[in-house]
Amino acid sequence: MSGIMVILEQRADPAQREGRIARISWEALAAGQRLAAQLNLPISAVILGSETESLAAEIATRPVAKVLRVEHPLLAQYTPDGFTLALQQLIQTESPAYAVLPHTYQVRDYAPALAARLDQVLISDVVDISEGPIFTRQLMQGRLNGSYRHAGTGPCLVSVQAGAFRVEDSPATAPAAITTFTPTLDAAQIRTTPGQPFRGSSQTVDLGSAQLIVSVGRGIKEAENLSLVQELATALGAELAASRPICDNGWLPMERQVGSSGQTVAPKLYLAVGISGAIQHLVGMKGSQCIVAINKDPDAPIFEVADYGIVGDLFEVVPALTEAIRAARA
Amino acid sequence: MKIIVAIKQVPERDAQVRIDSSAKWIEESDLQFALNESDAYALEEALQLKEKHGGEVIVLSAGPERIGQTIREALAKGADRAINIACADLATRDALSVARLLAAAVKEESPDLVLTGLQSEDLGLGQTGVIVAELLGLPHATLILHVEKTDTGLTVKRELEEGWFQQIEMPTPAVLTIQSGGNKLRYATLMGIKRAKTKVVRQLNSADLGLDATPVVVLERLSLPQKQKSTQILPGTAKEAAAALVEKLKFEVRVL
Repeated sequence: MSGIMVILEQRADPAQREGRIARISWEALAAGQRLAAQLNLPISAVILGSETESLAAEIATRPVAKVLRVEHPLLAQYTPDGFTLALQQLIQTESPAYAVLPHTYQVRDYAPALAARLDQVLISDVVDISEGPIFTRQLMQGRLNGSYRHAGTGPCLVSVQAGAFRVEDSPATAPAAITTFTPTLDAAQIRTTPGQPFRGSSQTVDLGSAQLIVSVGRGIKEAENLSLVQELATALGAELAASRPICDNGWLPMERQVGSSGQTVAPKLYLAVGISGAIQHLVGMKGSQCIVAINKDPDAPIFEVADYGIVGDLFEVVPALTEAIRAARA
Repeated sequence: MKIIVAIKQVPERDAQVRIDSSAKWIEESDLQFALNESDAYALEEALQLKEKHGGEVIVLSAGPERIGQTIREALAKGADRAINIACADLATRDALSVARLLAAAVKEESPDLVLTGLQSEDLGLGQTGVIVAELLGLPHATLILHVEKTDTGLTVKRELEEGWFQQIEMPTPAVLTIQSGGNKLRYATLMGIKRAKTKVVRQLNSADLGLDATPVVVLERLSLPQKQKSTQILPGTAKEAAAALVEKLKFEVRVL
């Protein structure tokens, strides 16, 4: 057992032919570097696909001891079967002590199976790594932290949450050595056939460029009550957005959803009304310059990221706020 | 179609969770419990598939005694029967250990399809369904919003990140983890609640299944998260707080 292996993800940008490495993969590399420093172990980076030459060259400029290209025509498109088989073979050959992955939808799709195939359990969605190593992840919708330890023998698999590890600028060094690993794959082993990605609905609302956003969550209780929040947004001149449950219920269109499955926003002001702040929502808005939360529960996780908070009944606070803004604007 | 839906009972969404004296789990005595939300969507998808194609919907769960109520609710919504694996130590098992219990029960039934929610609202691991598929040697897909039966198997709609989707073709039997929002959830009818009382709940015991429960990953300690920012709470009545916030928006945030 030796070394830290970071498995980077090639994000097939549907709009472009070339894949790219998304930020969360570099964050996984930062997490791997933290582990490597703590344990004094070498770090390698892995990229899977059918044409990974240029991506591997890009990764090799980062502070890693080596880059492994896992290359096979059957890895051109992501499938859980293809990726699990290829990485199982790689991990059994390389015997890393730790494998670190970004906690993306793709990783969530195959890494638990990969871990089980190695008689391991993925420590998923990690937000911090401390001496031990102890891995911190969130429980109860972000209300509690749990400290986890790997108890078994064999490789420890960890996936890290978006935004949890800071990517540092690294001094330029000589590029790391790049080697190619060719897994043994057969088309018959791949049981699912993925189609081309498509957009859900025509995106007419660009929340990403909005300067002011009023966002509404489960606390609004009924679709009829949405007008309260719409009036606040209008008074403020803000776009209206929502957390997932509101869109799941069909109360607002999906294109107004902020969070990991919706849009990522970074406005000057994000005013969260009746949103508890589950992590899936926070990843979509925590980059906002100023966050204001109105919630009846003082322990709601939204207050962990808010600059200003009002603990109270939104059905009283929101109309009062709308009125006060109108008065200030008049 | 014979469909198994694996469901979990979790603390109610608005419940005030407190860390217990062991600091390894939460105080359960004063909590209300409910069906995990994405599992409710998995059940809904199963019931709709049954309505279209016929067959049987079986709910499967593992947990302590209190879970009986959640199973009855699933039966009241229209599941035909249930399998419950009595398991008092569910919270201290890791995902592989829990998946082993569920996989053992699924295996005996040889279903065409296994559905479960994409993740639980308490632990939030999001792994159980995928590991069950791996243990049973079945193909799987996650974050599924819609399932269609085809001549050769299934076409499913999978959610990708940032508002993208994808169709996936796959054979059956298969395991799918269901994302919330694909369907509208039904309520149990009075007739459904009445019928549920006569439906069969088969009781298994985790100890009798003879499976390895040695954890690979151990939850050592629970703690309260540290604040990422120091939040300034604006006190007073609704009107006072609103006025204070307008001042902040005007002079600090400068958006008014």
